[in-house]
This record gives sequence, structure tokens and C-alpha cells, in this order.
Amino acid sequence: MTSLLLLIPCALLLGGAGLAAFLWALRSGQFDDLDGAASRILFDDPPQKEKHHV
Amino acid sequence: MGIDLQPIQCRHCGAPLGADLTGPFCGDGCARAYGLIEEAGLSLFYDRFARDPAARPLRPEQRPARDLSLNITCRDDGTASLDLMVDGLQCAACGWLIEILLTRRPEVVTARINHSTRRLRLVWRGVAEQGAALVELVEALGFRLTPFDPARLDAAVNAELRDLMRCLAVAGFAAANIMLLSVSVWAGHSTGMGQATRDLMHWLSALIALPAILYAGRPFFRSAWAAVRHGRTNMDVPISIGVVAAAGMSLSETLRHGPYAYFDSAVTLLFFLLVGRVLDLRARGRTREAAAHLLSLGVAGATRLTGDGRTETVALSALRPGDHILVAAGERIGADGRVASGISDIDASLLTGESVPVPVEAGGPVFAGQLNLSAPLTIAVTAAGDDTLLAEIVRLMEAAESGQVRYRRLADRLIPYYTPVVHLAALATYLYWWLSAGEVWQVALLRAVSVLIITCPCALGLAIPAVQVAASGRLFRRGILLKSATALEKLAEIDQVVFDKTGTLTTGSPELRLDPDRDEEMLLIAAGIAKTSRHPLSRALAAARPDVAAHAGVREVPGRGLAAGAIRLGARAWIGLLDDGVTGGAAEPEMWLSVPGRPSQRFAFSEASRPDSAETVAWLRGAGYPVSLLSGDRPAAVAAMAARCGIEDWRAGADPAAKVEVLSARKAEGHRVLMVGDGLNDAPALAAADVSMSPANAADIAQTAADVVFQGESLSAVREILSVAKKARAVIRENLAFAVFYNLAAVPLAVIGWVTPPLAAALMSSSSLIVVLNAVRLAGRKAS
Repeated sequence: MTSLLLLIPCALLLGGAGLAAFLWALRSGQFDDLDGAASRILFDDPPQKEKHHV
Repeated sequence: MGIDLQPIQCRHCGAPLGADLTGPFCGDGCARAYGLIEEAGLSLFYDRFARDPAARPLRPEQRPARDLSLNITCRDDGTASLDLMVDGLQCAACGWLIEILLTRRPEVVTARINHSTRRLRLVWRGVAEQGAALVELVEALGFRLTPFDPARLDAAVNAELRDLMRCLAVAGFAAANIMLLSVSVWAGHSTGMGQATRDLMHWLSALIALPAILYAGRPFFRSAWAAVRHGRTNMDVPISIGVVAAAGMSLSETLRHGPYAYFDSAVTLLFFLLVGRVLDLRARGRTREAAAHLLSLGVAGATRLTGDGRTETVALSALRPGDHILVAAGERIGADGRVASGISDIDASLLTGESVPVPVEAGGPVFAGQLNLSAPLTIAVTAAGDDTLLAEIVRLMEAAESGQVRYRRLADRLIPYYTPVVHLAALATYLYWWLSAGEVWQVALLRAVSVLIITCPCALGLAIPAVQVAASGRLFRRGILLKSATALEKLAEIDQVVFDKTGTLTTGSPELRLDPDRDEEMLLIAAGIAKTSRHPLSRALAAARPDVAAHAGVREVPGRGLAAGAIRLGARAWIGLLDDGVTGGAAEPEMWLSVPGRPSQRFAFSEASRPDSAETVAWLRGAGYPVSLLSGDRPAAVAAMAARCGIEDWRAGADPAAKVEVLSARKAEGHRVLMVGDGLNDAPALAAADVSMSPANAADIAQTAADVVFQGESLSAVREILSVAKKARAVIRENLAFAVFYNLAAVPLAVIGWVTPPLAAALMSSSSLIVVLNAVRLAGRKAS
């Protein structure tokens, strides 16, 4: 039964990490465009802007 | 002999080509768009372009210049941003093309398309005026852009959605972890888990569940409490009671070292219901607040002339009748009044949906909200602020909205019957086990709680939102946006359709009328001169003969016409003709061409009807919906359009109040009316109708009042949405029937005490899953 003392906190920590990751993703707007990411990967990126000459 | 290498489809838009066309394109616009894409080295686009045959072809069109300045935000760091809705996105390649073309422009900082919402966010370095060029670039490819204000549009919904998502995350986390602990407890029942270990598991579960319920249950508790406080009941009341009872019961079991705890059921229930809520909110999409939106239509201030000839900028509210204000070209007029001096064209589309500018001169009436197009005007104010026609129309709209009995959603209509039955069943269970069966009160309460949990309206909470998500997702792909949550339910009950004319059955833009007596050579001259002008009538004239080269040396006089040497093109007075009052109706848009040594030539214009107006009306009548036409226009024009579309019941000359009256009368007769309209003058009628639809190019205020907004030229949206609404209603009924059946089967099991926690969890999940899967069917089915 002592293994429980280790395993239960482990499970909770892992779950908590998942929860934190989800909340972070939500905050950073990753759920705003669910269809875009799937198709965007199929195309080349637009050329990166060279900020210094603008 | 030889193989015909001529493509049968336009290389850009894919439209089938007529035999008389020589090039690979169906028109100049497509050729230019193709050139633009070739030049950028992006011809790869055509290989990747997955055409959607149901969508509007990607054909560039001439569009009147619009005032974007209200929607452009300038920031301190020298960048400006604009948010646009994109019409015409058919596949991922379209978004890629737009992004890459815009990003290559040196001034553009960000151009990013949100594929889910079909919106484009554009940020560039420089002044606000550059935005118009960027918008034109995208429109030259055949897409259509409509500016909007993101902060006003979805700030409230977004905040609510994010809160629900956080609740969902917390509930999901808690449900998964408690289930883990519960499984070991259930396993422990058969393998002889010690009481101490079981208590530890229960305490851990309680530790996770109670904070999670407190946090994730807030949306339900708040709404339930608000309902109870006002002496009403809603779906959240049984949900809240069920969850709280389950948690409280489990806590007392845990305290007394009992064998059963319902923490997992309580939290899983919350999780599923939150899924339903999130889906519901997403389906509801965008709602706008009418009054707040109107502010964006108004101008910030007005330029008033003081007595000594100077000018001062004052707030609109400070204007008084008798003031004189200056309105520059391109500005909106801030008050009702008469023109004191100046000659210009007025765009009244905001008020009437009519896109042909009206010439005004001294003495002519103007109204707040109209756009002064070509030259500065001085206006003597006759009414300002709340007394303007604009304010009057908004008042009418608000009155119509508040006068409407609020439609009660199907779920809310069921709850008054559902709740008492559930609570009585639970009470009866408790009394039976406690009094008749002689159990201790804890066991009796446990059984009563399991009845509450098993009957919790999980399917009710999930059945309807899941269907709405599936239906609105399908409509969204066709460019139809549902603004109100109840639109689908209401649409399924419609038995009459009322159309507005200008801008709804017609596109609102003019079209050169065919005239067999017309001198073709005169038309060619006129088209060449008209090519240099952006006036809508000139554009229509130029569009009639697109191959003509632009005439050189054309001079434009605002509000009057065009001149090239001795040749003049424009209003009747411009070429020196007096109004004879005979040739055509004076209200019909016309242009005159005078060439020295020839008789003057008249060009008459009519409104271009939407391509499938007649077809849609015929379908609606075939499907059993009486169709009527309700317009503010002249009887002759309305009768002609009614005849063209096959509408027998029409009424002309109806002002906003009369339209509301007609709709109210029909509702009083017991009909349920769908109103399709686009102008500000339609807004009160849209609000008064049971359900209303508005095209995406309609006046903002009309879109605000409408329940449904559709994009594109085609009126088939009306057809599509009515059939989807009917199918959605059928699926909702199936889901409800299933939920009732499920409860009828499960409640007796709970009453006799057979339902253990694992069984409850399994039953609940499977019922939710079945309901969702049934709803998904709707999204997958092909359009009829």
C-alpha cells in the first residue's frame, strides 16, 4: 500500500501538468483557430519579414 | 483537324466559358487576378485550389469604394490594423494565397487568416489610408472583404467562452483523477480492500472533487440561483441540486466511513454538461448589441459654422436646429437638414439599401447617417440627435424587439414539466425506503440521490446544443451565420416568407437596361468615358461594354457629370436638357450622353436582381411557404420585380413603421414570419419578424437586428437554412425521445436501488455519446 503514497501524487501531478498546459494554451489563443493549423502545415510559410529595413 | 486546346473553364474562377469568348478567361477581372497571381510566382495556387462547386465562383467584381476609416485602428508605434470578414474562402489554399500576397507587401506586418471564423487580421506600418489598397488587392482576386470591429463583436462572448473552457478543463481534470481513484475502490469491493485504504481514496476524491465542483459548477449555480430568486425554474436548478446533493451525500458517507461515494458521478456529470454549454455557446456565434453598434455608424463630431464665419468642431449632441454644418466629401452627415450650399452626391444606402448615389443641391433634404460622396456641402440643420430619422428608426427597432414575446427555447419549455417530476420521484424514493422498507435514513437518501443523478437532464443539456453545433457548422460552411441561439428552432416553425426588394431580391447595384432603339456607337463612346469614373452608374455603363478603351482627357464634375472636350455624359441638366417629365420615370436612374451634331442619347438603368431570386421564390412556394414582397420603393418598380420573381402579394411605398405594422398584423393572425431584408429601413421589420435574415453586405444595423446573416450573391441561403432547420428539428426530437426513453428505463432501476456508481457513470456516458453521435449525422449529410 505504500506504493499508493507515491503513485497517487504522481498521477495528480501529471494530471495537474496537463491541466496547466491546457489553461496556458487557452490563454495564448491556441483554440481560436482550430481549422487553420490543420491546413497551414500543408503550405510553405510566407517569407519572414526583415524588420530592420522597414 | 486538331485538338481543341481551348479550356472550357475560366482559368481563374472556373466558370464555364461561352463559345464566343476567345481568351481563357470569362472577363477582365479574372484575367487581371490570374496575372496578379502569375506575377507573384504563385501559380502553384491553381494546382492546390480545391474548388467548392457550391460556393460563389472566385470572380473579381467592381465594388463601390467604402469608408474603412471607422474600422482601422492606429497605434502609437506607427502601425495600423484592420479586421475583416472574408467571403469566398473555398479551401486552405485560398487562405494561403491571401496571406502570402499580403505579407509580401513591404508595409504589411501581419496578415493572418483565422480559418475557423473566416476572418482576416491585417496589421501594417504606415497611415490608415494604405488599408484601402490592401483590401483592394485581395478583392482583385475575387474575395470579398467586410470590415468589422472585433472588440464590439465578441468581447462578451469570448470572455464567457474562455471562462466555460477553464471550467471544462478543471472538471475534466477532476473527473479523470477521481475516476482513477473510484476504479480502485470498485475493484477493492471484490478484492477486499481495507476500510482505511477505502477511506483514504474517498478523502482524496473529496479533496479533488469539492474545489473542482465549487469552481466548475459556478455557471450552473449562478444561473440556478438567479432563477430561484425570481421564483422561476430553469434547467440549471435540477442540475445544481443533483450535483450538490451528490457531493454532500458523498461527503457524509466519507465522514461516516461508508462504502459508497458519488464524487465521480457529480464531477463527470458536471464535465458532460459543460461540454454541452461550450458547444451551445460556440453555436450561438456572434451576437451584437444594437445600441452600442449604432455609435460606430455615427460620426465623431460635426464642423459647425459660427456666426462670424469661423468653424468649430462640436459633438453631435451639441447640434441644434438652425445650425449650419460643413460636411466634407467622404464624411457622414451628422444631422437631418437641408443643403444650404454645394452640389454633391449622397450615398443613402445606410437608410434605404439603395446603392445608387442621389444627387443633391441647395434646398435638397439630407439625413443623418448618409454619406456625402463627391464635394463639400453646407447643411442647415433641421433635426439633430434623438430627433433625426436615424434615431427614429432605431427607436422603432428597439420597440419592435422589446414588444416581441421572447421566444422560449424548447429545453426551457420542457423544464417546468421535467423538474417537478424528477424531484417528486426522488422524494418518493426516499420516503419509500425510509418509511415503508424500513431502511436507515442514510441508505434511503443514497437511493434518492441516485434517482436525482440518473435523471439529471444530461441528454437535455447536450442533445440540443450538439444538434445546433452540427447544423450551424454546416450552415457556416455555406457562408450562413446564425446570430441568435434560437434562430434554428424558430426557423423550423416558419410558415410565411417576406422579402424586401432593394438589396435583397436585387443586388442593390444598377444594371444598364436593354434598349433596342439605342445607338450602339453612342453606347461605345459613353462606356469609354464612363470607364474613368467610379460613380456606380458610370461603372454599370462601363460594365455593359467592358472591351472599350478608356477615353482620354475626361473631366469629372461632382454631382453633375463627365466631360471630354465637347462630349458630355451625366445628368439630364448636365447636357443642357430640361426635364420634360415624359421620358421614363424621374425616379429611375438615368444618364445622358451628348455628342455635338447628334441627338442626345438616354441610358436607363434598372436594379440587377440576384441571380436566383425567381428560382428561390419558386422553391419556397413549392415547399408551401407563401411569399410576399414588402418594399419602400415606387409601385411600378416593385410590381415589375414581383412579376419577375413570381410574387403575387406585394406592397410598395411601405415606410419602416408600415413594414412593422404588416408583420405585426400577420403575427396577430397566427402566422410565423421570416423576414429577409437589408436596409436600415428594414431593421425595425427585421426585429419585429419571428425570424429575420440579412445579406452580409447589408447595412450594419440591419445585420444587427437580423437573426441570420448570409454571405454571397445567392438567395439559395434561404432555401438551405429552412431545410437544415427542419432536419435539425427532426434530430432534436429524436434526441429528446431517446432521452425520455432512457430515463423511463433507468429511473425504476435507481428507485429500487440497483444503480451503483459504476453503472450510473456508464449509463450517463453512453446516453451522452449516443445523443452526440446522432447530432453529428446532421453535419455529415450532403446539402439537398
